[in-house]
Amino acid sequence: MITIVLLGKLADLAGAPSLQLAAPLDWTGLRAALPPALAEAIQDPRNRVALNGALLADKAGLQARSGDEIALLPPVSGG
Amino acid sequence: MPMRDIRLLHEMFIPGTLIGPFTQANPGLGGVCTFVGEVRHDHGVEALELTHYEPLTLPGMHDLADRAFERFELMGLLMVHRVGLMRPGEPIVCVSAAAIHRRDAIDAVDFCMDHLKGAAWFWKREKRGGVWHWIEPREQDHADLARWRA
Repeated sequence: MITIVLLGKLADLAGAPSLQLAAPLDWTGLRAALPPALAEAIQDPRNRVALNGALLADKAGLQARSGDEIALLPPVSGG
Repeated sequence: MPMRDIRLLHEMFIPGTLIGPFTQANPGLGGVCTFVGEVRHDHGVEALELTHYEPLTLPGMHDLADRAFERFELMGLLMVHRVGLMRPGEPIVCVSAAAIHRRDAIDAVDFCMDHLKGAAWFWKREKRGGVWHWIEPREQDHADLARWRA
């Protein structure tokens, strides 16, 4: 399984702060497995993606395997 | 070895209990500058909640502290940020810098605060009339950050 962590308003779109999805996942597979509104939202370039705590420079190149954690990160609202 | 205390706190804190020991831990300082931010009593706001992402948020604060030490002549830096549920009037952030000269202490705190407000990995929502609303990034935060790029 792959853990998807959702931050900020993306958690509202998912209806939960985290999800478990079957491995493996690439970007297309991830989007297909998410609710449509969330799949649409994560295309927005302002929404960043981290794999195992490291930001991806190119989220479309995502390759996640079993045990990995994908974080979906909307723009920060600051401290 | 410079004194460095960077933390995320999950519970209410009293800034004085951090600032006193921090000042004591930097003997010989010429000045200490401290900023404490509190949850504002904005109209109708009942609560504020800050979410963070463990693998990015605290490492990001350490990276910010590294840059502050590179940019300013500091003896010590304290940077403490709350996460979780807060009420108006509760402290949310405390940054304190100790230096030989005042300008470094004052500017380091200003630098850290602008970056915490505009670029740190926090997501904030506030509760008004029993309903939660996410807070969007503000233009002013980006302008504040741009000051340090010149």
